[in-house]
Amino acid sequence: MSLLEVRDLKVSYGGIHALKGIDLDIAQGELVALIGSNGAGKTTALKALAGLLPGTGQVHYAGQSLHNLPAHQRVRAGLALVPEGRGVFARMSVEENLHMGAYCRDDKAAIVQDLALVYTLFPRLAERRAQLAGTLSGGEQQMVAMGRAMMSRPRLLMLDEPSMGLAPMMVEKIFTTIREISAQGVSILLVEQNAKLALEVASRGYVLEGGKITLSDGADCLLGSDAVQRAYLGA
Amino acid sequence: MRNVPDFLRPNKRNAWLAFVALGLLLLVLPFATDALLGRGWVRIVDFALLYIMLALGLNIVVGYAGLLDLGYVAFFAVGAYTYALLGSPQFGLHLPFWIVLPIGATLACIFGALLGAPTLKLRGDYLAIVTLGFGEIIRIFLNNLNAPLNITNGPQGISQIDAIRVAEFSLGRSQELFGITLPSVHLHYYLFLALTLLVIFISLRLQDSRIGRAWMAIREDEVAASAMGINTRNIKLLAFAMGATFGGVAGGLFAGFQGFVSPESFSLMESIMILCMVVLGGMGNIGGVVLGGVLLVVLPEALRNGAGPVQQVLFGKTLIDPESLRMLLFGVALIVVMLWRPAGLWPSSQRQRELEAHDGEAQQEQDTVYDASR
Repeated sequence: MSLLEVRDLKVSYGGIHALKGIDLDIAQGELVALIGSNGAGKTTALKALAGLLPGTGQVHYAGQSLHNLPAHQRVRAGLALVPEGRGVFARMSVEENLHMGAYCRDDKAAIVQDLALVYTLFPRLAERRAQLAGTLSGGEQQMVAMGRAMMSRPRLLMLDEPSMGLAPMMVEKIFTTIREISAQGVSILLVEQNAKLALEVASRGYVLEGGKITLSDGADCLLGSDAVQRAYLGA
Repeated sequence: MRNVPDFLRPNKRNAWLAFVALGLLLLVLPFATDALLGRGWVRIVDFALLYIMLALGLNIVVGYAGLLDLGYVAFFAVGAYTYALLGSPQFGLHLPFWIVLPIGATLACIFGALLGAPTLKLRGDYLAIVTLGFGEIIRIFLNNLNAPLNITNGPQGISQIDAIRVAEFSLGRSQELFGITLPSVHLHYYLFLALTLLVIFISLRLQDSRIGRAWMAIREDEVAASAMGINTRNIKLLAFAMGATFGGVAGGLFAGFQGFVSPESFSLMESIMILCMVVLGGMGNIGGVVLGGVLLVVLPEALRNGAGPVQQVLFGKTLIDPESLRMLLFGVALIVVMLWRPAGLWPSSQRQRELEAHDGEAQQEQDTVYDASR
């Protein structure tokens, strides 16, 4: 049974239909990529799943309907979002940022353990733990955002464009960490414009175009498919 | 630290000494002020304490939660008018102050939530405009609620408000305590000081609490804050309600102290002044906000009293009327401070770190590509 089951999810801003009914499944422990060009509705889909935007349709998470469940309760249920543009708390230190990730937990001992885990995942953050997050480089901020999301002990981690605006070396590093998080058994929904990168780490992928899912297949098949090659890989 | 004499080095003993010294200073302040500058200045000190309470209340909304509120004086007005209506000949009600003050605070709290609810989705300039409108609505209501049914007595305001009184002990006249005669302004000073210290204490505790961290998260990035599991709606409403409550308390004290309230006291200018105290002192830092409150009350008064004599000394006559010079100098002082210390006179440690770190930022961006390979 899938961890996340999305059926006919629609979102509109005023009169504009950003998502025209999409279906999506993510199994426990799976890494799924959602690719598409600018304005295809990728971020809208993630925000709707996180409860930050109102949408219609059925969303079931771990067998439970998420209908009308507000954003802050979805986090408690184990759905964590790393927002587009990272959204670090600029005037808080790295460590304060990570602690904010554990805002809805009160098991102090386990939080300390998880903090240590995040620091092993991102040794760079351990070096900079007292530094203000706003003064970090883009890549480091992405690490803070991901580490912060991990502090909520998610079952499903949703990443919105983690490669955006980063140096190639840093992108590689971030994607290595995404693999590591996935290997720990966390299910991941990865939204990316960089289709090649995303499909290389994912096991399955969905292609979103104009608010609709036009293709869905195993990641290898998508990488090899003509349509994806033409549209996203420039081949 | 090398050339600092021993008694200035920060350690536990010196911290205690400083604490005791500050306590003593605050205790004798009204007497010292009375002896050196005259009774009128004790009154100004009392007002400074009221404005510190207001500024600390606004600091919760603006400094902690980052919600720009330009109508804060409305809550001051709600507290003041509650006191005035329930403790004056206006309705013949003369409820004691310890009942009226909590009622005023509660009403202000409700008004805070009422302002917060429709503005939850607004931020920055848009929020500022709505709150500005709200502040004006309250003032205009107070101005016009004298017909058809006379509630607020309109622009004339309400006078002969009861003095703050507990049982037979009234703060409205001199009292003999432990063989010392305490005039009314001195008595008010001690009451206001106690409540100001309470407000400071609450602010400090809030700052380090779960709620305080949630406010700061919302200030930094609201979407991310709600992705952390923070109920942004309730936490924002709480900021408005808490800030408003402090304003309501200050308002009640103001009414009891003045004995008179009118809508004129609650103009937009007052809101701006309170905001200036927060921003000029150091947004989000309690010490800074207190400093801002003291300076912005004392400075205009000092200019009022000082501008004349200084001109006499310099030019031998008064060239410009001190009253008209006062606000000019005050404005110049504001501009100079903001240019010289953009984060406020006494910024919070976070703001301080941020400004210091700013120079290192460019270098770091360059290092990133190199660092990534490590």
